[in-house]
Amino acid sequence: MKIRAIALNTFKEAIRDRILYLLFFFAAVALAFSRLLAVLAVGDRVKIIKDVGLASISIFGVLMAILIGTGLVYKEIDKKTIYTLLSKPIQRWQFLLGKFFGLVLTLLIMTLAMGLIFLVIVLLHTGKLEGRMLLAILFIFLELVLITAVAILFSCFSTPILSSIFSLSFYLIGHLSWGLETLIQKTRSGTARMMIRGFSAILPDLENFNFKTEIVHGLAIDPKFYLFSALYGLVYTLFILALAVLIFKKRDFV
Amino acid sequence: MATVLEIDNLYKAFKVGFIPKKREILKGVSLSVAAGEIFGYLGPNGAGKTTTLKCVLGLIFPDRGKIAIFGHPPLSAKARENLGYLPENPYFYDYLTAAEFLDFYAQLFGLKKKDKEDKIATLLRLVGMEKARDLQLRKFSRGMLQRVGLAQTLINDPALLFLDEPLGGLDPLGRKELRDVIVRLKQEGKTIFLCSHILQDIEMICDRVAIIVGGRVISQGTLQSLISERVLFTEVTLSGIDPADLIDLGEPVSTLGDRILLKVFQEDNIENLMALVRERRGRIHSLVPRTETLEDIFVEMVRQG
Repeated sequence: MKIRAIALNTFKEAIRDRILYLLFFFAAVALAFSRLLAVLAVGDRVKIIKDVGLASISIFGVLMAILIGTGLVYKEIDKKTIYTLLSKPIQRWQFLLGKFFGLVLTLLIMTLAMGLIFLVIVLLHTGKLEGRMLLAILFIFLELVLITAVAILFSCFSTPILSSIFSLSFYLIGHLSWGLETLIQKTRSGTARMMIRGFSAILPDLENFNFKTEIVHGLAIDPKFYLFSALYGLVYTLFILALAVLIFKKRDFV
Repeated sequence: MATVLEIDNLYKAFKVGFIPKKREILKGVSLSVAAGEIFGYLGPNGAGKTTTLKCVLGLIFPDRGKIAIFGHPPLSAKARENLGYLPENPYFYDYLTAAEFLDFYAQLFGLKKKDKEDKIATLLRLVGMEKARDLQLRKFSRGMLQRVGLAQTLINDPALLFLDEPLGGLDPLGRKELRDVIVRLKQEGKTIFLCSHILQDIEMICDRVAIIVGGRVISQGTLQSLISERVLFTEVTLSGIDPADLIDLGEPVSTLGDRILLKVFQEDNIENLMALVRERRGRIHSLVPRTETLEDIFVEMVRQG
C-alpha cells in the first residue's frame, strides 16, 4: 500500500518531467527514420527497419531509465522532500522499492508506446502484424528494469551526473562483456584465465536480453533461452535492489 | 505529566572534507518534553537544532545516546504513526497540486477515500489555503509552502508535532495566523516541539524552552524560571530639557526634534529626573520599565557558551 503510493507518486513525477517527452520524441523520430534508412540501404529493407527500430527502442529506453532513474532518489534528498516522507511510518526499503516500481511503470508505458509506433511502421511496410516482435520488446523491457535498478543504486550515494556515467558504463560493459568468453577460450589456462573467468562471472551480461537478431531474422530460439534470460534479469535486478537497500538503510540525510 | 519525548545524552559527529575530519555537532544533548506543552528549542544558527530533530526523526543516526518517542525508538512505526514534522524551508513535490500533495501523504497513513477528502478539506481550511487547492506547488510562495507544509504534518492527526522554524519567511500577518494555529493545536491537546531562533515567537507561545549552544543544552526550564522580573532599566521619553542636564541621570539614546529618549538605570534617578522635569516645566511623554527578556538571556548565554 505504502509502496504503491510512492510508486504512483514517482510515476506522476516522471510523467510530468519534460525530459521524458523529449526522449520519446527522439525515439519516435528514430523509429520513423528507420524507414528512411531502409530506402537508402541495399538488401532486405524490412530487416533494416526492424533492426534500427528495435535498437532505437532499446537505446531510448535505456536513456529514459538512466536519466530519470539517477535523479529520482538524489532529487528527494537534494530538495529535502525525503525528510517529511521518511518521518512518516515508512521504512527506507519501502521508499526505495516505491521509487523503483514507479519508474518501471513509467518505462512500461513508454516501451509500449514506442513498441506500438514500431509495430505500425512494420505493418505499413509489410502489411503483416508481427507478434513475434513483441517478444524482442519484452526482453528489451526486462533489460530496462535491470538498468533502472542500477540507476537507483547509484543515485543512492552519488550525484545524477556521476550516477548517469556509472549506469551508462554498466550498460556498455554489459553489452561488451560477452567478449570475455572468447578471450577465455583464447587464453591458456593459468592465473590470467582464472582472472578473466572471475571478471566474466561478476560483470553483467546484458546480451542475455538481446534477441533482436534472432527475431529479426526469424531464427528459431529454444524456449530455455527465454527462461534463462528472464531468470537472469530477475535475479540480477533483485541483487542490485538489495545492494541499494543496504546502502540506503545506513545513510544519514544531512 | 507524561513525557512524550526523551532525549538522553545525544552525540553526533559528521565527517567533512576530502580527507574526512570529524566535526562534532551534538555533544551530549539531553532534554525531555511533556505531553500537551509547546516546547521551544532555541539556539543560534548551527547550534545543532536541526541535527537533533533529524536524529529524533530517524533521518540520521546518532553516534551515542538514547531517544524515546512515546517510549519507542525513532525508527519504530509506532513512534512515527503519531508524529508530524515540518522541516525548515520545506520543499515539496512541486509537480503536485496542494490537494494531490496532501492526498499522497494521506495514502501513506492508509486513510480511507472518504476520510481523506474530508481531512484534506479541513486541513486546507485550517491553514487558510482552500483557494490554492488545485494549484501546483511550484507556483506557491514561500509562505504558502509553509502553510501547506503545516497542513501536511497534521494529516495523521499526530499527538506530537515537530516544527522547524515554522514562522520563518512569513510576513507579519502570516506569522500571527500561523502562531494562532499552533496555539489552537496545543489547545486540542497536541504537544509541539518548536525549533526557532526567533525569540519573540518562542516567548509568545512556548511553555518551556531549552537553549542549545554549540551542541550542548545549556539551559532548560519554564520561561518564568528563566526570565527574572527584575527591572533592568527604564526608558523615558521627554522634552523641554537641555540634554546636557541629563547626563548624570541616565544615558541619552537618541533625540528626535526636541524629544529625547533616555535610558535610566537607577530607580533613584527616575525620581530625580521627574523632579527636574517639573522644575524646568518640561514634559514626560512616556516612561517604560524594561524587564529582562528572553533575548537578553539568550544573548548572554550565547556569549558565554
